[in-house]
Amino acid sequence: MALLDVTDLTVSFDTPDGTVKAVNGMTLSLDPGESLAIVGESGSGKTQLAFSILGLLAKNGTAGGSIRFDGQEILNLPEAKLNHIRANEIAMIFQDPMTSLNPYLRVGDQMAEVLMLHKGASKRDAFAESARMLDAVRIPDARARLRMYPHEFSGGMRQRIMAAMALLCRPKLLIADEPTTALDVTVQNQIMELMADIQRDFGTALILITHDLAIVAGSCVKTLVMYGGRVMEVGATDDVFADPSHPYTRGLLNAVPRLDVPQDKLETIPGDPPDLTALPAGCPFSPRCPASHAPCAATMPVQEAFGAGRLRACHAAREAVA
Amino acid sequence: MIVYIIKRLLVAIPVLLILIVSTFILMYAAPGSPFATERGIPPAVLANLQAQYGLDQPFHIQIWRYVVGVVTEFDFGPSFIYRDQDVNALIGQGFPVTLTYGFWSFLVAVLVGGSLGILAAVRHNTWLDYLAVGISIGAQVLPNFVLAPILVLTFTLWLGWLPGGGWQGGQWQFVILPVIALSTSFMASIARISRASMLEVLTSNYIRTARAKGLPMRRVIFRHALKPALLPVISYLGPAFVGMITGSVVIDIYFSTGGIGQFFVASALNRDYGVMMGITILLGALTIFFNLLVDVLYAWIDPKIRY
Repeated sequence: MALLDVTDLTVSFDTPDGTVKAVNGMTLSLDPGESLAIVGESGSGKTQLAFSILGLLAKNGTAGGSIRFDGQEILNLPEAKLNHIRANEIAMIFQDPMTSLNPYLRVGDQMAEVLMLHKGASKRDAFAESARMLDAVRIPDARARLRMYPHEFSGGMRQRIMAAMALLCRPKLLIADEPTTALDVTVQNQIMELMADIQRDFGTALILITHDLAIVAGSCVKTLVMYGGRVMEVGATDDVFADPSHPYTRGLLNAVPRLDVPQDKLETIPGDPPDLTALPAGCPFSPRCPASHAPCAATMPVQEAFGAGRLRACHAAREAVA
Repeated sequence: MIVYIIKRLLVAIPVLLILIVSTFILMYAAPGSPFATERGIPPAVLANLQAQYGLDQPFHIQIWRYVVGVVTEFDFGPSFIYRDQDVNALIGQGFPVTLTYGFWSFLVAVLVGGSLGILAAVRHNTWLDYLAVGISIGAQVLPNFVLAPILVLTFTLWLGWLPGGGWQGGQWQFVILPVIALSTSFMASIARISRASMLEVLTSNYIRTARAKGLPMRRVIFRHALKPALLPVISYLGPAFVGMITGSVVIDIYFSTGGIGQFFVASALNRDYGVMMGITILLGALTIFFNLLVDVLYAWIDPKIRY
């Protein structure tokens, strides 16, 4: 049985400028222990997808559809019930480690309260376990560090602390929302190695949200490409990278700078990310798509299976086969 | 931290000296005299009086004597108006009164204002929020010299519940109305400040982290959001407390409480140099002390501030 089943998820926000449709009918599923990368440019709805899983949408946001976790419907669950799942079963690591820890509380207190809350641990045990977990994410001198405040750590260290905090209850699912965006390249690499270790050592399922394709290639078994709040393509990471089926995926891969061939300019996908208040009736990528033709702007292509367990939603790709 | 506090207290000494000298100069430069009456005093009597209070001396001698008196003997000199009373006695009699209702007003303003603001922020855009904002705007636009007579009218004349004035050694019936009158506008400011800062804190990333940990909202508010949300309130408290003490003149006049507020205003009008200097120095010292207290509180809350 799948650990996580997202079916036809929609997320929209009421704003003074109109309704922003961030997620528009997403379906995905994740098995226990599996790793899935969700790739897309800014504004493609990746983060809002993650927030709706944990019930962390902003107050003006509404979510529809269904999210089943471990067989239980968790979308729009009341706060009190969600609180049993948060951190305990599904934990999240956020984008900006510099602001995601409370600057006014000691790191140890912030970590220990998770165990005291969910596992009923004593303060003493909670601190001991927190120290062990800091050790596991390779923060030296963990016991002493528990007494320090977040500003006494570097960005990379803080992201390790966030990871350690997220793992305290051994959640079944870890959602990492661009965990390396705010960090420099060497630290990025360390954090990604940490993610891989976590997955292996704790058997945690992982959803990695990112716009950095280089990170995906090395870390996740499956890749999902998102655009305009919709799934463009899903498949094994190796297949998607070796043989991209959707024009958007091809565009993304083309845009990765290469060192092995001389390049004057970086490849880009022409046009701008979609205006989420006025999405086209059809495929959201159609205005920028090189393969776009008559049906694309009018009707959204259905998700169809092809190849080895792959899925895509593209008129042009389907017609090419037919 | 202790070294820092000692340093700040040492810095306070020259600050107070500058305050004394500049107040003295301003007072000296102002026209009028404590002995000016409508009928006029015979020149010989005036000369006697001036000699008795040392006003016949040149300016630098006067100020030197005053500062030496204050520093060596803690003697703030005689009152120029109240016969046979010295400034220490007047302040000793009026200040405890002011401090009593000032302290209670401060407490009420902080507790009521703070809870109102935080409640409004947590229940943002609900009727509770609108009610809290309405109350605080209403309280803010109602100055204490308008509120005081309304209170007396309502609770003394109509309902007959509370006395409309007097002090009686600070019995609680006599304290309530002055405290309400004095604290209301400060309460409103504190409510406004704490609501705005709590709203801002609640949208911060670390509050989202706290929620993602599954903490119940109560714990998110009290453990994760309260401290940072109170920082702007705390920086307002120093000036607010001093403002309460100085603003007490209206209270003293309406409720005949006998605090230092009325002495302060009367001394300025009567050119009662001694009392005026004494209360100015007292308020200056209080201001310095409360600003120090605010800084210490700040450092206690925000770990990034270390002295």
